[in-house]
Amino acid sequence: MDLAFMGRTFLTLIEGVPLLLELAGLSLTIGAAFALLLATMRLSGVAVLDWTAQSYIFVFRGTPLLVQIFLIYYGLGQFRPALQDIGLWWFFREPFYCAVFALTLNTAAYAAEIFRGGLLSVPHGQIEAAKACGMSRLQRFRRITLPIAVRQALPAYGNEIILMVKATSLASVITLMEVTGLAHRLIAQSFRAVEVFVVAGAIYLFINFVVTRVILAVEWRLSPHLRRAPDVEAPMKPAPAHARGA
Amino acid sequence: MTPIGFFEIVGFGERGWGPALLLATSVTLAVAVCGFLVGSVLGALAAAAKLSRSRLAATIGDTYTTVLRGIPDLLVIYLFYFGGSLALTNLGRMLGYDGFLGLPVFVTGALAIGVVNGAYQAEVFRGAYLSLSKGELEAARSVGMSRALMFRRIVVPQVMRYAIPGLGNVWQLALKESALISVIGLVELLRQAQIGAGSTRQPFYFFLAAAILYLALTTISTIAFQKAENRAMRGVRRAA
Repeated sequence: MDLAFMGRTFLTLIEGVPLLLELAGLSLTIGAAFALLLATMRLSGVAVLDWTAQSYIFVFRGTPLLVQIFLIYYGLGQFRPALQDIGLWWFFREPFYCAVFALTLNTAAYAAEIFRGGLLSVPHGQIEAAKACGMSRLQRFRRITLPIAVRQALPAYGNEIILMVKATSLASVITLMEVTGLAHRLIAQSFRAVEVFVVAGAIYLFINFVVTRVILAVEWRLSPHLRRAPDVEAPMKPAPAHARGA
Repeated sequence: MTPIGFFEIVGFGERGWGPALLLATSVTLAVAVCGFLVGSVLGALAAAAKLSRSRLAATIGDTYTTVLRGIPDLLVIYLFYFGGSLALTNLGRMLGYDGFLGLPVFVTGALAIGVVNGAYQAEVFRGAYLSLSKGELEAARSVGMSRALMFRRIVVPQVMRYAIPGLGNVWQLALKESALISVIGLVELLRQAQIGAGSTRQPFYFFLAAAILYLALTTISTIAFQKAENRAMRGVRRAA
């Protein structure tokens, strides 16, 4: 392997990272809000809302993301005059907006089921206890339901974040030059598939490694009840010298 | 947007693309099945490596599953497509053939899907193996079964049973990943839809038809795996 070439490859590919993070960040944020809405619809107990959300989730989880991207970016081009009339063409003309839109719709479907699982996992007794203490609905949701649901859903949602980081690579198919797009161009120019692959793969692995660490840290913070209880006798012992300053 | 236009274009009439789309659907199914089978072999090997007592084998297995699950599938497909052709061309040159040799796209696609799918299947198999009851393995050993016999009679049947739900999910991944093979030119469902979209200038209808056909494939798969699971679990008493 040619290290000098790999160094140059790294410098080229790293330029695609901001776009990758933008795509993933935007679609995950908007997608999570949409997913929360879908999950609430699923749990609302209103048949029409439940059914609507269920069909949405079924369609978006049952078709490949690339098909969804093509349907939005190329497919909607068929209705260009109509889209121009209602003033939405500027949006669907841009590959970036289309990619974010498709990724958002896709992640919302997966995240909705994760959130629903989290909300369902909140023990009934805890909610009853909150009611008994006289908390209002909003207080119950904010103080009891949400923290427990978030804690339960976090590991699965961490996987979804990683899937989305990987999914941004599909944006390269509609001309966006993020890391995979740049890697593809480099491979086609240099025909050194292995070197470019190693560098590009390392970039994705690094990003996903950071994501897993962050998720683990958040998980740790959110589960004080699962950590080992602090040593009861500790306060009585004199603190070790290095800890006194802290 | 007239619904008649949609049905005329993707239907089976004189100007309909229905037959082409159905043929392409079978190519999608074929490449996904081949990829899934390659993945089963790799997944079983990787699971065995991860469970083995050898530190080296476990590290190799861990690296394989971590790396392949952490990088985009598209990147793997590009590696196999360009890297495979490159290796083949070099091989040809050594044998005295001085031209470009491309790897067939179907084989490339199936291998790329298989390598990624294998990483996911490894985790499924490992989880299923870990849920075997220790007592049964001990019992098999105590009645004097050899390792091979124990593997065939006790391990495989039960691992297959516990693995079905997980394998169903991983199969869905293979099915959806097969759409990515269109970027290297295999005329599967998505590529066929692109071709139709290009020649009729009605992309929405074609991609919509493709989405419906994918949805049909994934739905049938869900039902089939549910049936298989029910059948495999018919002797197991469930917690009510």
